[in-house]
Amino acid sequence: MTRNVWDKRAVHIAGVAETALGEVRDQTELSMFAAAAREALGEAGLTLRDVDGVFVNYMGEEGSVQVAEYLGITAPRYADSTDLGGAAFEAFVHHAMLAVAEGRCEVALIGYASRQRTRRFRNMAGSPVDADSLAAQFQSPYGLPAPIGHYAMMAARHMHAYGTTPEQLAEVAVAARAWARLNPKAWSRDPLNVEQALASRMISTPLRRSDCCLVTDGGGAIVVTTAERARDAAKPSVRVIGAGESHTHWHLASMPDLTVTAGAVSGGEAFAMAGITAADVDVLQPYDSFTITVLLALEDLGFCGKGEGGPFVSGGRLAPGGALPAMTSGGGLSYNHPGALGALLLVEAVRQLRGEAGERQVPDARIAVAHGVGGFNSTAATVVLAR
Amino acid sequence: MSHGDAITAPFWAGAREGRLLLQRCARCGAHQFYPRPFCLACDHDTLKWEAAAGTGVVYSRTEVHVKVREDLVPPYTVAVVALDEGPRLTTLIVDGDGDPGAGCEIGDPVEVLWRARAEAPPLPVFKRSA
Ligand SMILES: [Zn+2]
Repeated sequence: MTRNVWDKRAVHIAGVAETALGEVRDQTELSMFAAAAREALGEAGLTLRDVDGVFVNYMGEEGSVQVAEYLGITAPRYADSTDLGGAAFEAFVHHAMLAVAEGRCEVALIGYASRQRTRRFRNMAGSPVDADSLAAQFQSPYGLPAPIGHYAMMAARHMHAYGTTPEQLAEVAVAARAWARLNPKAWSRDPLNVEQALASRMISTPLRRSDCCLVTDGGGAIVVTTAERARDAAKPSVRVIGAGESHTHWHLASMPDLTVTAGAVSGGEAFAMAGITAADVDVLQPYDSFTITVLLALEDLGFCGKGEGGPFVSGGRLAPGGALPAMTSGGGLSYNHPGALGALLLVEAVRQLRGEAGERQVPDARIAVAHGVGGFNSTAATVVLAR
Repeated sequence: MSHGDAITAPFWAGAREGRLLLQRCARCGAHQFYPRPFCLACDHDTLKWEAAAGTGVVYSRTEVHVKVREDLVPPYTVAVVALDEGPRLTTLIVDGDGDPGAGCEIGDPVEVLWRARAEAPPLPVFKRSA
């Protein structure tokens, strides 16, 4: 059983919403996020006029400032545009939890929207770097594709150290696809088995196309507030009972161990705050940017021992009907990957705890974990939610 | 030609002479890469530049099958090499002639070669040791 060690004011997620997903041509990032924000606030029984904390990433320079102005939030008491990549949104729940508990804000709006697919701003070289930067001097001349090459190096090292196989990585993609087939909003819903996954195009050994997340438009909004403010919510709110964040490195060669991620710290912090262990988790939303990302997270969060991720995911353990339902939306691999999946991980975790996930609902889910990852498996932030 | 900054300049000066230089702390003996103005191990600013042996072991590697740069034709292998002195660096695996396209396995012993560039100092790359 859980022993929540959080002794401050109870903090809840009272509303969540997805932005438009897939290919979005008739909206801007700001209008997409505005729609999701209003929908999430509506679930919480609140409006934009109630928001006094703004937490966004990837919304341009001084993102919280740009977003707040667009939404008509002219005097927030708390503002946060911390860039932890795709993990930023779980980190924002961490920050908002502390801010709300201390009364520094009462209604925190978290989120993001992207049209990375429609705008086609992804390329294999990654983001451009300054000619005199450390990356330009010591990393980019070697032609490592970004971010996949970084994750490929981690997968290769994990295979070498622990005997992990391509079939085991494929199991992660197959599980995500099986969940996506139960989600009408998922981008990829065709059947996928291990054999088909292993026949997909090699990109950066050992990672194939099927090991990689989608490139789609999308985003989400999350409202964090007090139990009192959530009282008029249209839907049940869920408690935030633990959160943690960390990061390990920026340049690949500086990662202390290619098989150990920042999730070891962020997960340890979050689980300790929540008073849980991995065994208490009913449904897991790991950031599946790549199949190896999930394998490493499972180990670092304590669902299995270091090196045991491959056998652990075998036999459909993460898939519908498996012992550890994970990526239940279909994840970044098959549902949606707007460049930063973290917001959508929280949306799905909340929906599972509310019991409103339809065909993909995990029966009687009481504890959910959203585990964001960002950069080159550089950052991690973990949130534990309970109903 | 300008490349990098004042902290990394000695590394590239060594590269022009075909020497792989690392920072080493005179106080605690630790080597480090990339260059910084202080010792990561003991936090003192007692760093000196020393020539590395130029040998190491492949810590991980990936064979790249997509085009990333104009000057690299896939497939080619990028590796993280652990130098004998300790620090790791990201690098390209080349054949005995210095050309990309050669492969390697994790654990393979490797040694440094220098790949000429038009707009920048020679780039340290590695080949499998005989
Ligand atoms: Zn020292």
